Amino acid sequence: MNHYLKCLLVLVFCSTAATAETVFVTLEKDNALAVVDPIAGKLLQTVSIGQRPRGIVLSKDNKYLYIATSDDDSIEIIDAETFARIGKLPSGEDPETFALNPAGKLLFVSNEDDNQLSVVDIAKKKLLKTIPVGVEPEGVAVSPDNHWIVCASETTNMIHWIASGSLEITGNTLVDPRPRAAAFTADSRQLWVTSEIAGTLMILDVDNRQISKRIHFQVPGLTPDRIQPVGVVIDRERRWGYVALGPANRVAVIDAQTLEVEKYLLVGQRVWNLAFSPDQTRLYTTNGVSNDISIIDLKEQVVTKSLKVGRYPWGVVARP
Amino acid sequence: MLKFSDFPVFAFPGLLLAGLLLAGFSGLCFAGHLEIDIAYFTQQKKLPPPLSNLEPYIADKGIQGAQLAIRDNNTTGQFTDQKFHLHEVFVPIDGDVMVSFKKLLTDGYQLIIVNLDSDQLRQIAVMPEARQVLLFDIATRDDQLRQSACFANVLYLPPSRAMRADALAQYMLKKRWRDWFLVIGPDQQDRLYAAAVKRSAKRYGMKIVAEKTWQHSYDARRTAQSDVPVFTQGVDYDVLVVADEKGLFGEYLSYRTWKPRLVIGTQGLVATSWHRAHEQWGAVQIQNRFKEQAGRWMEEEDYSAYLAVRSIGEAATRSHANDSAAIRKYIFSSDFALQGYKGRPLTYRPWNGQLRQPVLLAAPRSIVSVAPLEGFLHPRNELDSLGFDQSETTCQSNEESIK
Repeated sequence: MNHYLKCLLVLVFCSTAATAETVFVTLEKDNALAVVDPIAGKLLQTVSIGQRPRGIVLSKDNKYLYIATSDDDSIEIIDAETFARIGKLPSGEDPETFALNPAGKLLFVSNEDDNQLSVVDIAKKKLLKTIPVGVEPEGVAVSPDNHWIVCASETTNMIHWIASGSLEITGNTLVDPRPRAAAFTADSRQLWVTSEIAGTLMILDVDNRQISKRIHFQVPGLTPDRIQPVGVVIDRERRWGYVALGPANRVAVIDAQTLEVEKYLLVGQRVWNLAFSPDQTRLYTTNGVSNDISIIDLKEQVVTKSLKVGRYPWGVVARP
Repeated sequence: MLKFSDFPVFAFPGLLLAGLLLAGFSGLCFAGHLEIDIAYFTQQKKLPPPLSNLEPYIADKGIQGAQLAIRDNNTTGQFTDQKFHLHEVFVPIDGDVMVSFKKLLTDGYQLIIVNLDSDQLRQIAVMPEARQVLLFDIATRDDQLRQSACFANVLYLPPSRAMRADALAQYMLKKRWRDWFLVIGPDQQDRLYAAAVKRSAKRYGMKIVAEKTWQHSYDARRTAQSDVPVFTQGVDYDVLVVADEKGLFGEYLSYRTWKPRLVIGTQGLVATSWHRAHEQWGAVQIQNRFKEQAGRWMEEEDYSAYLAVRSIGEAATRSHANDSAAIRKYIFSSDFALQGYKGRPLTYRPWNGQLRQPVLLAAPRSIVSVAPLEGFLHPRNELDSLGFDQSETTCQSNEESIK
């Protein structure tokens, strides 16, 4: 019997290990990182981290987590298996969000209080350059073809286009008020940018860096000013895009071919950031006011679970 | 959208450029280099008697907000090839406001941030020479200016007394604290505040069960303990609403009433455009930037001045103009939306020039709620549930002149 139980345990362990996936959520008010098993729908543990953790990125080899601890003015390097703190990266003041370049060697960090973008060499743990940008830089994205780094300035209302070779700003696009997040399509031809205050999603053509389409959102029973788009992600096939609508408590599903809103999925309160599962069959949302994450089944496009994780869930990544 | 790196930079000689700007020829510089001149106009004030050692007198309320916004505008300007200048005019206590203001107009300033009391603002707004300029009031709460004065050349940044009273009334209605005991100070401003409270009470179905005037016939600090209970005795009410804009006695009411009741109004729970406890919607960022610059917390006048200069910045960036007519036109257009760290786009009411904005309901160390509260609906914009709506103002002609 004992032997049988052992076998069963091993079996169970192996089967979960095979499909294992871990979701990491930064908890801005708890100064902690929530570790979630999204398949079981369980909060596994909460790991204490520096002050006011917000932006979170997984290294390209899936080994490390980079987490901005804004009030410590630093980026923590965390072992994604053991959650041990491995070290720190220089980040400039008040780091909020950041993006990795395709090679996974450079990190581009927006320093909200200092109106600059910091370029960090991860291996050398060195600040390579700071680039002056507009007031309150927030969303950062690197094009998959590695031509562009873009940065959205919330109060200047601009997208700054930084050439990856020279690391200089070569152009600026005025966008709708308080741009929050930016995401390139996988083919690097479009940049999707959300405006929190105008309530819009703007599609920019990378070729001419101009807005080619503006998508407005309408949710019955909600006045337009409650619709405040923040996080945006587009799938690899450019079939669907998803936009978190903040206090509208919904994720908009957008047909990335026709650029029309297909439907709205009700999630937790003040939904901000989004992340795909590695196989892109699920979407995870952080809901800052209801202190939970929502798990969306993307095949059916339905919310399957919401899970309490801690206070002010902010950033989210999934690790295979 | 426009790409600024593509715009040619006009090589005007400095003098010619300055001359053109003063004459208001902004069109020539379209999309090229643009200088935007903004004036900040105020009069130095006599030091009021100290009420408490906790709150030191702040002499630079307002200007610090304008300076922060100029910096923000110029950070944006480095990418749009626009340069914003702030010309500061502090009229001495015994100086002549009218003379100084006329000089400002003669010098060609068209965009003027005004930090004056409501009587002084009226005097300069009606001057024929001021008709073509745009004044941004950052100091008054005057309802009459917003409801019937109808100055087409003035934009009002601070929430009016009516907006503040409405914000409190919405919260009181939500809490079902409908019976109000109104305590009014002896000043004219206190009576105006009380009038706004009465208007809101009527609007939201509140009942003013008692109304008393507070007289300064003794040293409040010494006798408040014995006097306030007597003053508030014999009335059945839910909340004590105090009208004391100078803060001469309102602070002494809390915890001293005959019945255990809360204090709201100018003290206790207050309705304000800005508060040091406010940190939502990115407010932490501007609180930090302001504190770093000014060495103190941001006050309401600073916030209003910040928004005024940012309004000009937003309009100048989007419309490539620096003259009052074009700035005004853009500000009143449907494209204008200002981000003010309160989670909603801020716009101006076309009928009276009042800035639409959420009003914070603040206790000394926390934000209790933000008006408009959920559930207070409005056919056009929920922010218009605060203050004078279009149908309640006599300034219809203002809107006509804007179109």
